[in-house]
Amino acid sequence: MLAIRRRRELSNPLVFFVIVVSLFPLGVSPDQDLLSKMAPGVIWVTALLATLMSMDAMFRSDYDDGSLEQLLLLPGPKILLIGAKITAHWLSIGLPLVILAPLMSLLLYFPTHAIGSLVITLLISTPILSLLGSVGVALTLSLRSGGILSSLLILPFYIPVLIFSTMAINASANSLPVSGYYALLGAFLIVSALLIPFAVVAALKVSYN
Amino acid sequence: MMQFIHKYGSPKYFYQWSYGWQRWLTVITVLLLGFGLYQGFFVAPPDYQQGESYRIIFIHVPAAWMSMFVYMVMAVSGIVALVWRIKVAEIVIGESAVIGASFTALALITGMLWGKPMWGTYWVWDARLTSELVLLFLYFGVIALHGAFEDPRTGAKAAAILAIVGIINIPIIKYSVEWWSTLHQPATVAKFDKPSMHISMLIPLLVMALAFKTYFMALLFARTRTEVLAREKNASWVKEVVEQES
Repeated sequence: MLAIRRRRELSNPLVFFVIVVSLFPLGVSPDQDLLSKMAPGVIWVTALLATLMSMDAMFRSDYDDGSLEQLLLLPGPKILLIGAKITAHWLSIGLPLVILAPLMSLLLYFPTHAIGSLVITLLISTPILSLLGSVGVALTLSLRSGGILSSLLILPFYIPVLIFSTMAINASANSLPVSGYYALLGAFLIVSALLIPFAVVAALKVSYN
Repeated sequence: MMQFIHKYGSPKYFYQWSYGWQRWLTVITVLLLGFGLYQGFFVAPPDYQQGESYRIIFIHVPAAWMSMFVYMVMAVSGIVALVWRIKVAEIVIGESAVIGASFTALALITGMLWGKPMWGTYWVWDARLTSELVLLFLYFGVIALHGAFEDPRTGAKAAAILAIVGIINIPIIKYSVEWWSTLHQPATVAKFDKPSMHISMLIPLLVMALAFKTYFMALLFARTRTEVLAREKNASWVKEVVEQES
C-alpha cells in the first residue's frame, strides 16, 4: 500500500528496464537477426538488474523508521510477515515487469509466437527473484552501503533462474517442447518459497543484533 | 556431546590444543608437498598426448577439489556458529572463505594456463569452468559480507547464513550450468579424451590432493589462532600467552 503512495519510486526500476533494453540496439547493432537472437537474454538480464534495483525498497524504509522492528515484535509467526513483504514486492515490481516485457520484446524483433513463453517464464520466475533478493537485503540492512553489496551476494544465486528461463524461451522460439523448463522453474519457485522466508527471518535477526 | 563441543570450541582451550595440530600438520604438509611435487614433476612420465604440460594437473586438480571442500567446511562451521554460537566457528567462516577463494582462483588460473596450449584458448564457456567461476563469485560475496560489518561477530553470523543458503544452491547452480552448456554449446574446442590414468601419475596426484588438505588445515589453524588472539585481546589468558611467548 505504501508503494502506491510513492509512485515515482515504484516506477523507477521499470523505466530503468525500458531504457536499458532500448540501449542494446544502439550499442550492439540494429540488425534484426542479431537482436531477435539476443532478445531473451537481454530482457532477462535487464529484468534481473531492475529487480535488484528495487530490492532495497523492500525493507529499507521500514528499517529506517523502526516500523520493521515493531512488526517483528508482533505475536504470531514472522514467516507470514516476511511472506507478505515479499508478495508486496513482487506485485509492485515483478508483475509490472511481466506486463512490460512483451512490449519490449517487440522492440527487439522477438518472434511473436514465442512471446507467450517469455511471459510465462517471467511470471514463474520473478517471484523467485523477489524471494532470493529478500535474503540479500535482509542480510545487509544494517549496513550503510547495503544496496550494492546485496546485489553482489544475490546475483550468483540468480544464475539458475536465468539459465532455465532463457533456455525455455529459446526452445519455444525454435518450436521445441518447453514444459520441462516450466516444471523446473515451478519446482524452484516452490522450494524457494518454502525455505527462503526462514532464512530471511534469521538474517533480520542478525541485522537487529 | 554438547560439553565436548563447548569445551573444545572455547577460544582459550582451542588456542591450546590447536598448537600441536598446527605444527604437525605443517610438517606433514611439507613432506607430502615435497614428495608429491618431486614425483609429479620429475618421476611421472610425460603424457603421450599432452607431453609435459599436463603436469599442471598436480596443482590444478587438488586446488579444484579443495575449492568445493573448503566451501563445505565454511558452511558447516556456519551451521555450528549459528546453532551453538561457538566463537571459534565464527572465526573459521571468515578465514576459510579467504583460503577457499584463493584455491578457487588458483584452480581457475592454472586451468587457463593449461587451456591455452591444450584447447588453444584461455577460456571456454564450459560447464565446469563456469561453475568454478560462479563458486568464486559466491566466495567473494561471503568475504564482502563478512568484512562489511563493524562487529566481526555480526559479520560472521551474516556470512554464515549466506554460506548456508549457498550450500543449498550450489548443486542447483552446478546442474543448471551443466545442462546449459551441454545443450547450448557442444564442445567447440577439441576436448582431449582423458586416458585412464597410469599409476605413476595417479599416486603423485593423490599425494598432492592430501598435501593440499593438510596445508589447508594447517593454514586454517594458523589463521584462526591469530584471529582468536586478536578478538580475545582483552581476556586475561591472552595476556598470559603473550607474556609467555615474548
